[in-house]
Amino acid sequence: MPETLRRIVIENSDVISKNWLDDITEKRKSDYTSTISDSLYHTTNQEFINVIFSSINRQGDTGEMDDFAERLINLGWPLSYITDGLQTFRRVTIDFILSQSEQVDTEEFSRILSIVENWVEPIINQLVNQYSGSWEHTVSLQRMALQELSAPLIPVMDNITVMPLIGTIDTERAKLIMENLLEGVMKHNSEVVLIDITGVPVVDTMVAHHIIQAAEAVRLIGATCILVGIRPEIAQTIVNLGIDLSKFPTKSSLKKGFNTALKLTNREIVDLGNSKEEDITKIIDSIK
Amino acid sequence: MITKSSVQINKEWDIVGARQMGRELAKDLGFGTVDQARIATAISELARNIYLYAEKGKIAYETVEDMNKKGLKIIASDQGPGINDLSKVMEDGFSTSGGLGAGLPGVKRLMDYFDVVSEPGKGTTITTIKWVR
Repeated sequence: MPETLRRIVIENSDVISKNWLDDITEKRKSDYTSTISDSLYHTTNQEFINVIFSSINRQGDTGEMDDFAERLINLGWPLSYITDGLQTFRRVTIDFILSQSEQVDTEEFSRILSIVENWVEPIINQLVNQYSGSWEHTVSLQRMALQELSAPLIPVMDNITVMPLIGTIDTERAKLIMENLLEGVMKHNSEVVLIDITGVPVVDTMVAHHIIQAAEAVRLIGATCILVGIRPEIAQTIVNLGIDLSKFPTKSSLKKGFNTALKLTNREIVDLGNSKEEDITKIIDSIK
Repeated sequence: MITKSSVQINKEWDIVGARQMGRELAKDLGFGTVDQARIATAISELARNIYLYAEKGKIAYETVEDMNKKGLKIIASDQGPGINDLSKVMEDGFSTSGGLGAGLPGVKRLMDYFDVVSEPGKGTTITTIKWVR
C-alpha cells in the first residue's frame, strides 16, 4: 500500500507540484517573504518541491535536503517558510490522492493520512533541527563574544587602570567584573582603578551592590577604586534609592577621574607644546 | 486613553526587557530623562524582586489619567512566597538575600504612588504610579 501510493505520487509529481506552487504563491501575499525578489522566490519554491520529491523518492536519503536547508539558513529565510511549505505539501498531496480514489472509507483515509505523514514528518524534523541547531550555534557564539566584551581592563599607564563598563550588568557579568578587576590589579600592579559606568543604562540596587563589593575588594588588596561616568539622572536615582557610595571617590567623567588618579599617584600632565613656544619667545626676546 | 501591556518575568534577562518596555512607554508619555531613569530603575528593582524571591511573575503597564495629569502605572505581581513583615521590608537596609536592602523603600522614593499587597504563601502585588510633571 505505501509503495503504490508512493508510485502514484511520484508519477503525478507534476500535478502535485503545480498545485503546491499555486497554493504557496497564494499564501505569499500575506506574509514574511515580501522583501525577497519574485524570481528568487520562484526558483527557491521550485527547488524546495524538487527536494521534497527526491526525498520521498529515495525514502529518507537526505543529503540534498541538508544542502538546501543550509543555503536557506545562510540566506536568512524564515523557518516558517519551510514549515508552511511542508504543511501545504501534505495537504495538497492528500487532496490529490483522495481525488484519485473513487471511494474512501475512514480506515483507508486514516491510512493515507499516516503514510503521507510518514513522508513529511522526517523532512520537517530534520529541517527544524538544522535550523534550531544553527540558531543555538549562533547564540552560543554571541554569548562567548559578549563574555569577551563584558569586563575589559585597560592599563592606561603605570599604576593606573581603567575598566569601562557598557550595557546591562547581570549576576554573571558582575562576577566576571569582580574577578577581572582583582586579577588585573595584581597583574598590572595598579594603584588606582577607574570603573567607568557611562555606558550602563540603569544602576539599581543590585548593580550598585556589586560595584560597592568590587570597590571594597580592590581596597582590600591595597588599591584605590574611583567610580566615574555617573550621569546626572543616575546620580539622582542613586540618591532616591538611598545607596551609600561615600566609601570611595566618585567623579562625573573619566577625565576628572583620571586627573584624580594622577594626583593620587603623584603625577601630573605637562603640556609640552606651550613650554616650547615659551622657550622660542624667550630666545627671540633674547636676540632682540 | 488607556493602554495596557505586560512583560513576563521568568529569567534574569527578562528584567532588561521589562525595564526597556517601561522606558519606551515613559518616553512616549513625555517623561524627562531623569524620570525615565527613575522609572527604569524602579521596574528593575521590582522585576528583580520577582526573579529573586518568586522566580515567576509579571510586570504590567497602564497609562492613567487624572483630572489634569497623566501618569504611568506599573503593577508587579507574582504568586511567590509573599512578604511576612511588610513594615520590615519598607525599612532601609533590611534584606533577606544579602543585598543592600534599598529595593522597596527605594522604589517608593523613586515613584509618586506606592502600594503593596502581600499574603504569605499566596503572592505579592505592588502597584506604583509616576505622574508626568
